[in-house]
Amino acid sequence: MSHIEIKNLTKKFEVKGDVITALNKVSLSVETGDIFGIIGMSGAGKSTLVRTINYLEKPTEGQVLIDGVDLAGLSSAELRKKRSEIGMIFQNFNLLEQRNVLGNVCFPLEIAGIKRKEAKEKARQLLKTVGLEEKEKAYPSQLSGGQKQRVAIARALATNPRVLLCDEATSALDPMTTKSILNLLREINERLNITIVIITHQMSVVTEICKKVAIIDGGELVEEGDVEKIFENPGSDAAKELIFEKKESFVPIRTLNTSNRIRIVFSENSAYEPVISNAIMTFKAPLNILKADTKNVGGKARGEMILGLPEDESVKLAFIEFFKEQGLAVSEVTEDV
Amino acid sequence: MFDQKTIEMLLIGIKDTLYMTIVSTFFGYVLGLPFGIVLNVTRKKGLHPNRVIYGIGDFVCNIVRSIPFLILLILLIPFTRFVVGKSYGSTATIVPLVICSAPYIARVVESSLNEVDEGVIEAAKAMGAGTWQIIFKVLLVEARVSLFTGAVITTGLLLGYSAMSGTVGGGGLGDIAVRYGYYRWQADIMIVTVVLLIIIFQVIQNVGMHFSTRIDHRKK
Repeated sequence: MSHIEIKNLTKKFEVKGDVITALNKVSLSVETGDIFGIIGMSGAGKSTLVRTINYLEKPTEGQVLIDGVDLAGLSSAELRKKRSEIGMIFQNFNLLEQRNVLGNVCFPLEIAGIKRKEAKEKARQLLKTVGLEEKEKAYPSQLSGGQKQRVAIARALATNPRVLLCDEATSALDPMTTKSILNLLREINERLNITIVIITHQMSVVTEICKKVAIIDGGELVEEGDVEKIFENPGSDAAKELIFEKKESFVPIRTLNTSNRIRIVFSENSAYEPVISNAIMTFKAPLNILKADTKNVGGKARGEMILGLPEDESVKLAFIEFFKEQGLAVSEVTEDV
Repeated sequence: MFDQKTIEMLLIGIKDTLYMTIVSTFFGYVLGLPFGIVLNVTRKKGLHPNRVIYGIGDFVCNIVRSIPFLILLILLIPFTRFVVGKSYGSTATIVPLVICSAPYIARVVESSLNEVDEGVIEAAKAMGAGTWQIIFKVLLVEARVSLFTGAVITTGLLLGYSAMSGTVGGGGLGDIAVRYGYYRWQADIMIVTVVLLIIIFQVIQNVGMHFSTRIDHRKK
């Protein structure tokens, strides 16, 4: 049984008389202990999707099952109980500004009716986990963005949830802070075996931490699977667009007068071989390196290159065959991406 | 400058003015605070949107607020007599002051609560908080500075209104100002009452604002 199962979920909003379909027949399942990324451009519907997991948004059609229990069948009291078992963190942290750090972490425990003394003890323990035990008396306005998100994580963990939902949790943070927050999330996932669902528009977040990924585009699920596989061989246009991160950065490559472009991805093993030199020497034909990059994908190093191949069709095919034999993932780069 | 009797009269005037202002602000909040919470909760983006309840509350609020206080004071004389037993004096003035201030307070409370960040409310919902918990632990707490500032402004307003009730025998400093300043042309007593009202207003305003910054943890 999957931990979280979304079946045929459709969500429609009515905005000034018009019906807008935010999500269209989305189905996916998240296994216990996964770090599951849901990625898409802004407006793709991913924030709505994550809010259906704790029923902050009720689906128009379809089901959400947590541990096999359909949330639609719960009474409002049962739903509130269920929500307390699902932690959530946000892009804007959403801390209580008039409560200090300790008070914020105690808040979900107070709601659950836990005694003040017990709540404080638990909160202090959690602040230690997120490395903020020194700051318990500080107010949110005195903290940096990264510290605020750490408090939010401690708060989300207070009720011992089995699931942690992260809605663009690192989008307001700088790259260094993002990295430290992602490390913290990974640590939590490994130590407490909490299932984490991460909503983001940054492919770097997905490749850094997620094991599985679902790509949402225009309210539909266009691709789903292991992060490594999708990174090596993106099938959908949306996936390609996200992997190249910024379309603009690709513009200079597009303007270069080479029509035969391919993208190759190296894994750790193939990176030992001087594949490019070997290829050039084997076929005695020129290769044009248009872009080269290394990335951390699910904890493993991945090299990525975009190459311009010779015009000659047979030479081109020979190159592609050669790269595939070397164990590289090869995909053609089309005109529009 | 003044004889013992006049000074005594002024002291009683101060006492009555403070009595009317404080008691009417208190009862104004007893009615207005829940009213304002209902308006916030039932508005379109509230916790439980309800067009009918919001519509009625909104309408009542606007009707009462559009009646000038002096007219409301006269309109309510039968009701005041029913509640207090008489229609003059400082205790009787409290009735129209409360009726007049409650919808005003409801609006002030509603707008303070509307300012609370929706994200924070969403976070509380995601933690499993119910409506009452959100009202008492999130809305009222997060909006407390704005609520307190609103209460200070309301107190100042009621101080002014309590003086206005002097025209119909309301008691307090306003009553003295009307009787001596207007009917007897004793400008000196009139000026003293005005100065006293200004001083009381300043004290309320400054002490109130001082406390409102003290309880705010957002900027430090």
